[in-house]
Amino acid sequence: MSGTYLGMPSFPRAAASSTRDMRLRGNLRHATHTIRAKRAQAVEELGDWAQLRAAGAALKNRTLRHLDHYLEQLETAVTGAGGQVHWARDAEEANRIVADLVRETGESDVVKVKSMATQETGLNEALAKAGISAYETDLAELIVQLGDDLPSHILVPAIHRNRDQIRDIFREKMGSWGRAAPKNLSDDPAELAEAARLHLREKFLNAKVGISGANFMVAETGTLVVVESEGNGRMCLTLPETLISVVGIEKIVPTWQDLEVFLQTLPRSSTAERMNPYTSTWTGTTDEDGPSAFHLVLLDNGRTDTLADTVGRQALRCIRCSACLNVCPVYERAGGHAYGSPYPGPIGAILTPQLRGMQSELDASLPYASSLCGACYEVCPVAIDIPEVLVHLRERVVEGGTATVRGQRTTIKPAKGHAAERAVMRAARWTFEHPRAMRTGQRIASRTRRLTPRRLPLPGPGRAWSDSRDIPRPAPESFRDWWRRTRGSGSAGSGREGGDAR
Amino acid sequence: MRVALFITCVNDTLYPRTGQAVVTLLERLGVEVGFPEGQSCCGQPQFNTGYRKEAVPLARRYADVFRDYDHVVVPSGSCAAMVRDNYPRIDAEATQGAVARTYELTEFLVDVLGVTDVGAYYPHTVTYHPTCHGLRMLGLGDRPRRLLEAVKGLRLVELEGAEECCGFGGTFAVKNADVSAAMGADKARHIEETDAEAVCTVDNSCLMHIGGTLTRRGAATRPVHIAEILAGTEEARL
Amino acid sequence: MSSRDVVLGRVRRALADVPRDEGPEEAAVPRDYWTSHAERTDAQRLDLLAENLADYRALVHRCTPAQLPARIAELLSARGARSVVAPPGIPADWVPAEVERVADEPSMTPHELDALDSVVTCCAVAIAETGTIVLDAREDQGRRRISLVPDHHICVVRAPEQIVDSVPRALGRLDPARPQTWISGPSATSDIELDRVEGVHGPRTLEVIITSPEP
Repeated sequence: MSGTYLGMPSFPRAAASSTRDMRLRGNLRHATHTIRAKRAQAVEELGDWAQLRAAGAALKNRTLRHLDHYLEQLETAVTGAGGQVHWARDAEEANRIVADLVRETGESDVVKVKSMATQETGLNEALAKAGISAYETDLAELIVQLGDDLPSHILVPAIHRNRDQIRDIFREKMGSWGRAAPKNLSDDPAELAEAARLHLREKFLNAKVGISGANFMVAETGTLVVVESEGNGRMCLTLPETLISVVGIEKIVPTWQDLEVFLQTLPRSSTAERMNPYTSTWTGTTDEDGPSAFHLVLLDNGRTDTLADTVGRQALRCIRCSACLNVCPVYERAGGHAYGSPYPGPIGAILTPQLRGMQSELDASLPYASSLCGACYEVCPVAIDIPEVLVHLRERVVEGGTATVRGQRTTIKPAKGHAAERAVMRAARWTFEHPRAMRTGQRIASRTRRLTPRRLPLPGPGRAWSDSRDIPRPAPESFRDWWRRTRGSGSAGSGREGGDAR
Repeated sequence: MRVALFITCVNDTLYPRTGQAVVTLLERLGVEVGFPEGQSCCGQPQFNTGYRKEAVPLARRYADVFRDYDHVVVPSGSCAAMVRDNYPRIDAEATQGAVARTYELTEFLVDVLGVTDVGAYYPHTVTYHPTCHGLRMLGLGDRPRRLLEAVKGLRLVELEGAEECCGFGGTFAVKNADVSAAMGADKARHIEETDAEAVCTVDNSCLMHIGGTLTRRGAATRPVHIAEILAGTEEARL
Repeated sequence: MSSRDVVLGRVRRALADVPRDEGPEEAAVPRDYWTSHAERTDAQRLDLLAENLADYRALVHRCTPAQLPARIAELLSARGARSVVAPPGIPADWVPAEVERVADEPSMTPHELDALDSVVTCCAVAIAETGTIVLDAREDQGRRRISLVPDHHICVVRAPEQIVDSVPRALGRLDPARPQTWISGPSATSDIELDRVEGVHGPRTLEVIITSPEP
């Protein structure tokens, strides 16, 4: 696994190999089940959880419905408080803005707070090309960076690694990035965390430029909020002279007081804590406290395309808590890398195809990476109906239709490879509209039921099913034939035979 | 009270015993059951796979076929959820009445008929898997459990990870066969660990997947729809 | 066209379904969540704060205002601290004579700060339901970095007036124009197998002294 998502296979193919990786399965199972139980307990503590969830969804909807208003309000407030606001229509532009800002400082090293937005834009690679070294300072991001790996979870990017893998990475790689790990480093999590503390401290103390994302931006006041646990965020946000924050345009909340909803729901949903250890808020710059220069880069990169879809729009409510990942049975078996994006799991399955468009085979396969069990919707603190959006995107995949791509209304063609399925679905619909034909089919199936094998050797859906499961046999007599035989056809009811429903 | 059975296409073709059990059970409880033969499929396979347009005529057909009934009873959590949750998204106006009248079987028993003890007898150990659409879309809650707990002779044993999806998910089972199989294997393992004689759900489509996985593993636990448990009595074992 | 105009233009086109005359405030937000999760007396609020702070591994101490200097001296001595950074609003007698008091100066480098043993601050508000203390960089709290770099943080909370029940009540008391640090226990990570480990980059020891007229 190298540090790029380009050219990754479709979800089913990537997932096929991860389901056979027993170590990965074990690591994921342990981690997701641990957090799942804790989250339920943390949520249980708040008697008004349902109301907070509804308010969170409504606040985000308010923001999204009036995003232009709030963006302008935010820009005015940030600028008024001494910050400088930049706008980036896509990843490339965002990366260019950041690289230019770093160059202007004359520095070639930057420290980074864990940020989904900069993972999405591939900022580290872009900075490397510009001769700038970006150091990830979140423990898990450090593990990923040192291991030349990709993140596989929104909150815990190295969730696919267990403690002895982490020890090996630290022992082998830390030395080439800075202070080496102690030779006798064990796999005790406390010792591993201590090694990271010592390794990163020299980076923090020397840093002149910090790069972050933000969990929230308050339109009314221009305040940015970063929620974290380790203190690496505080280091990056307060010690350097220049701070550059790259933030998606949807991260706005209207007012300061509105944070009362999200600062209750986010920690409990993500790390299952009453409150995360550290939350930092800052408004522009403050004299002689923290960075003297603050730049805010507002990132579109497909967000306005997502906003244009009235069903898919709700994905922009996401506050990146990752509760949906931790309860998802598909994520638990497939692992984060199979989703081919910094956004794995259920939210990734609806966010990635919308942000990137659905041209690639991988992106067109993501809306199907779900059994529609609904566990994600149930835990989502902003009530994103993920199954609803999945089904909506599936329709886009198979039927095509109009969508906004890079700001332009575009007609999308149906994705390739669905022709046979479409024919089956049409034929099935026709049959279901003609129950007499359906009965004929059932009778043929009943008569030949003994010929139905339990396994199918040929490729196709039957094989995919029967590789691990026996195929059910049609009953000797369908229910409707039984009904007719035992009750006669004159059933109480208005049912008609055949014909269209209208 | 005019009550219709919506058998669902899966039950009709593969699991007619479930439908027969519903009829037996409801008639024992004094309900006259109708079966309009114009019924077919709720359209869920089409809708959930992205073929919404193919589901539209099926939703309207459903609304039309069951128009004259007070209640429609569905022995499938996921087909009932399709009607209740998704028909309003397909054609809210045409399906309004049908949506309001549709009940999953255990809902109908508990909420409409107001019974939890249906006089059933089933002398076996049973573990219960709450299917996802029943649990989360319909919000069946403890209705199925209450019904099972009242069955004479039945011993209900806990299933670890009960609320986790079995991995069926309709076309998911073939489109993402490996993940589906991995989920199914974990579910089957938990079921085997209970040593129950039967695993019960409110949905035969999930049972088709669970049962197919269990028999492939050579497990002794058999899949059984809740209707078939509730239909049996000491006098007339099903 | 500037990127600003491009992005704002895309946003407006994307929102074609929103009625033009709908004001932002008209998009309804139900506010029936609670402003606190229980009615509490001052003493109950204090107890809950102490309990929740301790639950996330902060060391909690209680004393009267008069006992405070001695208490701080005890904690510093137990730790063997020889230098302590203290912002200007910390009274002189809070730092014992045998410990070097270092002023919170902007000219101090991060390396110099890292060489200090401890920091003593007050706070702006404390939240009982979550076990959180909030610092907003006033005179008695200092710059954000001083409560970050030294490995030992002593924070004084004045009860009952600085303790609120809940997050909503805390926000109402705070001024967003001031930079803030919300602290709930010492720094921690869950990045290794989702097991919580305390003590990463922030102070590994957080001691909270709650002063109240009646101990």
